[in-house]
Amino acid sequence: MKPLTGVSGPACPLGLAGVDTDQLIPARFMKRPRSEGYGGFLLHDLRRDDAGIEKPDFPLNRPVWRGAEIMVARRNFGSGSSREAAVYALADHGVRVVLAPTFGDIFASNAVKNGLLPAVLDEADIEDLLAALTATPDLPVSVDLAEQTVAWGNRAVIFAIDPVWREQLLNGWDDIDVTRSFADEIARFRDADGARRPWARPSAKA
Amino acid sequence: MTAATMIAGTPGSASKSGAGPRTLFDKLWDAHVVVERPSGDALIWIDRHFVHEGSFHAFAQVAGRDGVVVEPGLTFGIADHYVPTRGRDHIANPEIARMIDDLEANTARHGVELFGVNDPRQGIVHVVGPEQGLTLPGLTMVCGDSHTSTHGAFGAYAFGIGASEVAHVLMTQTLWQKKPRRMRITIDGTPAPGVGAKDFILSIIAKIGADGARGYAVEYAGEAVRALSMAGRMTMCNMSIEAGARCGLIAPDETTFRWIAGKPYAPKGAALEAAIAAWRNLPSDTDACFDREIALEAAAIAPIVTWGTSPEDALPIGASVPDPAALNDDGRAAAMRDALAYMGLRPGQKLSEIVVDRVFIGSCTNARIEDLRAAASVLAGRKARVPGLVSPGSSQVKRQAEEEGLDRIFIAAGLEWVESGCSMCVGMNGDSVPSGERCASTTNRNFRGRQGPGARTHLMSPAMVAAAAVTGHLTDVRPMLEGRS
Repeated sequence: MKPLTGVSGPACPLGLAGVDTDQLIPARFMKRPRSEGYGGFLLHDLRRDDAGIEKPDFPLNRPVWRGAEIMVARRNFGSGSSREAAVYALADHGVRVVLAPTFGDIFASNAVKNGLLPAVLDEADIEDLLAALTATPDLPVSVDLAEQTVAWGNRAVIFAIDPVWREQLLNGWDDIDVTRSFADEIARFRDADGARRPWARPSAKA
Repeated sequence: MTAATMIAGTPGSASKSGAGPRTLFDKLWDAHVVVERPSGDALIWIDRHFVHEGSFHAFAQVAGRDGVVVEPGLTFGIADHYVPTRGRDHIANPEIARMIDDLEANTARHGVELFGVNDPRQGIVHVVGPEQGLTLPGLTMVCGDSHTSTHGAFGAYAFGIGASEVAHVLMTQTLWQKKPRRMRITIDGTPAPGVGAKDFILSIIAKIGADGARGYAVEYAGEAVRALSMAGRMTMCNMSIEAGARCGLIAPDETTFRWIAGKPYAPKGAALEAAIAAWRNLPSDTDACFDREIALEAAAIAPIVTWGTSPEDALPIGASVPDPAALNDDGRAAAMRDALAYMGLRPGQKLSEIVVDRVFIGSCTNARIEDLRAAASVLAGRKARVPGLVSPGSSQVKRQAEEEGLDRIFIAAGLEWVESGCSMCVGMNGDSVPSGERCASTTNRNFRGRQGPGARTHLMSPAMVAAAAVTGHLTDVRPMLEGRS
């Protein structure tokens, strides 16, 4: 996993609330292997009209925000389906940080596992940032993960992130390697548990 | 410093929730902690893992490492998301055929048992797990599907995970989790006839919001919940995710134990007796403390339908489409205007006057035998004014429904009776609602485009969908049930 220390540059003010993972990537694009890249499907049905043509006024399509590595959204971003393809679509499009007041639970953990930072900001700070980006579309925004700050104009605010997730993102750690360092503990648990809860293993069919 | 030393916890000495009273969730958590980090994150043991066609991303991650699935006996493959509901003998769509082949190849390669497309046990993961006795109280259960919360109806800690977590479980049989806070939602009293689990859960989501239970494990309790069948309990826990929770729970009781007895993979004989003795200790202790408590009165709950594009956009059938102009929050008002524009509705319009183009009865929320019986009891001797699809939750439910003659009631009403799968709930298998059409649906999500690009979805119970099919508009089912069982 690619480590993330910080990102500076344009921030795309998506501005929508309750962007569910069905919006981030509609189900019909999920049959393809990841190696083909999912970036082109990001927010497909919001971003394009029925003929598949990009809507020029949709924030992600505006030239100033097309390549933004930071996205700003309202509450409950990434709710719904557990599809990790939603994160693949963001990551493959080049987004490295999403700022929102709340995130879908499964989305947030999927994000961290792919090096994408789900940074939680107060609702008031999100509204300030959205207003600032509306006034000045090319306003530079800086996200510093070590300091847990987001800065724009003359403002700097603290964002929240689970400390374990912060370490993982900063270091690009992979969960599976970490977990395997506990192999002995897992084996001990397994053996003791098998004696304690014999019913927990599936019975052979009658 | 290595990752492992950085986060090393105290192996085997998980901080128990103290000697004091514990909730059902505390007990499930404590029984599964392998290692706990000082931060509170814990490595938890996973008892049961389901994989479906969408798991190809995770198997690709496994293949990219050393390729070992450590506990193949605890993992089960079930084809549901992409399986066609018609013409299964020859799958015409090559992309779908490949997804199904991939699941077969991946499970075979790793020695994982598969309930494949032509297996008589095939069906939707969250219907098949319980009916095969793979779902039991006291287990941790995961699947790369957010509706894994369904299995919490048995008193299991069950939750949906992403592809990277699926790979993690395949390779380690564990997951890192942060302990959620505990919420209890109590529903007391007795509901009116025609009001049930789907109305309960939609009422709850409307009350607390689509992110109202975020960060919580939700336990459903109270007289009205205890009176529910296992099917009703599964419907409630299924939609915990729509309230923002990752898992929902209901304490196991005699209803649960009766349901489990005799299921193929469940313990039997003395082993079942021992298991039940253990399961009787699972319910929350009297005086156990919850971080948040919510109470509803069953008698005050009417049949509920959704009008918007989030499950929280739900109101009793007697209400009208809300007016964004009445809101004093500009952001919310804008979101409501967007939702109404997408749904093609105007403020003040009575919900019972909304005309539907088709209906769908199916999904992991509401396609169990009881759900089909509820819909059939409304449809018997009546004709549907609109076309519709009925997809049973599993091949076993399909056979049982046919033995009971329910299929003939659906077909006589003019609806299509098809094979089991996720079908028109997620629109991956080719079944979908055409753009601009309005569908009364027993599913769990009314998101934009969920049932197909441009589709307009109204969520409701199976009986309410049946009522909408008969009248051609959203309808209070209660008068239609008079004189019927």
